[in-house]
Amino acid sequence: MGAVLRSPKLWLFAVCLLPLARLVSLGVSGGLGANPIEFITHSTGTWTLAGLLATLSVTPLRRLTGRAELIRYRRMLGLFAFFYASLHVVTYIWLDQFFDLAGIGKDIVKRPFITAGFAAFVLLIPLAATSTHAMMRRLGRRWQQLHRLIYPVALLGVVHYLWLVKKDMTQPLILGAVLAFLLAMRLPWGLNMLHVVRGRLAPARS
Amino acid sequence: MLIRRSGDILPSEITPPEIYRERRRFMQGMGMLAAGAALGIAPNVQAGARLAGVRSSAYALNEEKTPYKSVTRYNNFYEFGTGKGDPAENAGSLKTRPWTVTVEGEVGKPGVYDIDSLLKLAPLEERVYRMRCVEGWSMVIPWVGFPLHELIRRVAPTGNANYVEFVTLNDPGQMSGQRSRVLDWPYVEGLRLDEAMHPLTILAVGLYGEVLPNQNGAPIRLVVPWKYGFKSAKSIVRIRFVEKQPLTAWMRAAPQEYGFYSNVNPRVDHPRWSQAKERRIGEFFKRDTLMFNGYGAQVAQLYRGMDLQRYF
Repeated sequence: MGAVLRSPKLWLFAVCLLPLARLVSLGVSGGLGANPIEFITHSTGTWTLAGLLATLSVTPLRRLTGRAELIRYRRMLGLFAFFYASLHVVTYIWLDQFFDLAGIGKDIVKRPFITAGFAAFVLLIPLAATSTHAMMRRLGRRWQQLHRLIYPVALLGVVHYLWLVKKDMTQPLILGAVLAFLLAMRLPWGLNMLHVVRGRLAPARS
Repeated sequence: MLIRRSGDILPSEITPPEIYRERRRFMQGMGMLAAGAALGIAPNVQAGARLAGVRSSAYALNEEKTPYKSVTRYNNFYEFGTGKGDPAENAGSLKTRPWTVTVEGEVGKPGVYDIDSLLKLAPLEERVYRMRCVEGWSMVIPWVGFPLHELIRRVAPTGNANYVEFVTLNDPGQMSGQRSRVLDWPYVEGLRLDEAMHPLTILAVGLYGEVLPNQNGAPIRLVVPWKYGFKSAKSIVRIRFVEKQPLTAWMRAAPQEYGFYSNVNPRVDHPRWSQAKERRIGEFFKRDTLMFNGYGAQVAQLYRGMDLQRYF
């Protein structure tokens, strides 16, 4: 029992479930406001983006801290992003459109923000499906190539949010800035910066 | 484990909310009366105070009214923030007394109207209207107000008055949302004179029989039920009669998305989303949006011969 409680993976799992727990408890207490479906849609969408950004921050964090074992948490973060994305899509199809397939089809074709969001979700599916160790082994080097899809997915996700807001762009722009930063940390310039910062943080180590 | 002793409070001793709310309102009223008597000012200006002498009108709907709580907690009023809950949270800083509305421009009798004289300008009546937001949700709200034409008649528009412009208070000190440049303040809206004169168009000062809460546009706002909600300017300080079509705040912000007319029209989509359906607040299934928000019989003739795709 004690060992289980000391497992960081378990704690991370619990933390990742908090947004869902919040929705459920607000739902039970009638705290979702006047437009609960909108609330659920926005919340699951926001946490999908947060999950994608958390996933993308693992590699820069590893480089910054030199702690290779952080990689062990990346799959869970990615799968939680997919989990919240699925809830988001289910909310849209079920609660918002109520399985009006013609209406959904029209939305996907005609509404650029839904096109972008739907494309992001479709691209996430193969990543979730190939997240097991067996699939990693089977795909070999192609696994990594395939999972680079997370970059366009995250970009499409931010664009989806940016195109949907009526006027106040603050939140999508903040998420976009974080994404741009995380992507920059993968460029030669960013890699170099991570290296320099790491050297300053822990001069004795290397 | 903590075990609470049951039977401390008998169910019969619990005051039902309607009664304590009424009691609270009564006490507030007494307080206001006392303060009013001391200062020599008119009572009953606070949100929630009962409006006296409100007549019922023929404008009722056979549709369920949206609960008071939703009407007053789920608002678009960017002057107090862009979140739906922001207005209810931040509008307490708005001072609705003293308040004046300046009437100017192409009128024979321009003037500055005190809010308390506007309240007595015409009999107050209850109007239960559908309210359709451009975002795709809707409510049914029992407004209290009087027809705008009552005011227009008194100020005698000149022959050049083709349009009426409405301007919302611009005071970042009272309206915290105006500290961000999300829109080009002040908020400006406009109507064609015949739209403004239409019997459905009202100036509202209350809802649910009570003084308008600040977050709903106190102390006086426009309500034009056949147009998207944003056309109904809130917390109005200026009404200007003009010759040329006014440039409204939303037209300035996104001209390709918001036109001057902004009539509710299920066949003309917002460039980014469909307007064919709406979610009535409190309902699960979406309902079909009605042409002119269901007021076509009364207002369609205003737009006869106009291409509504073009004049959206």
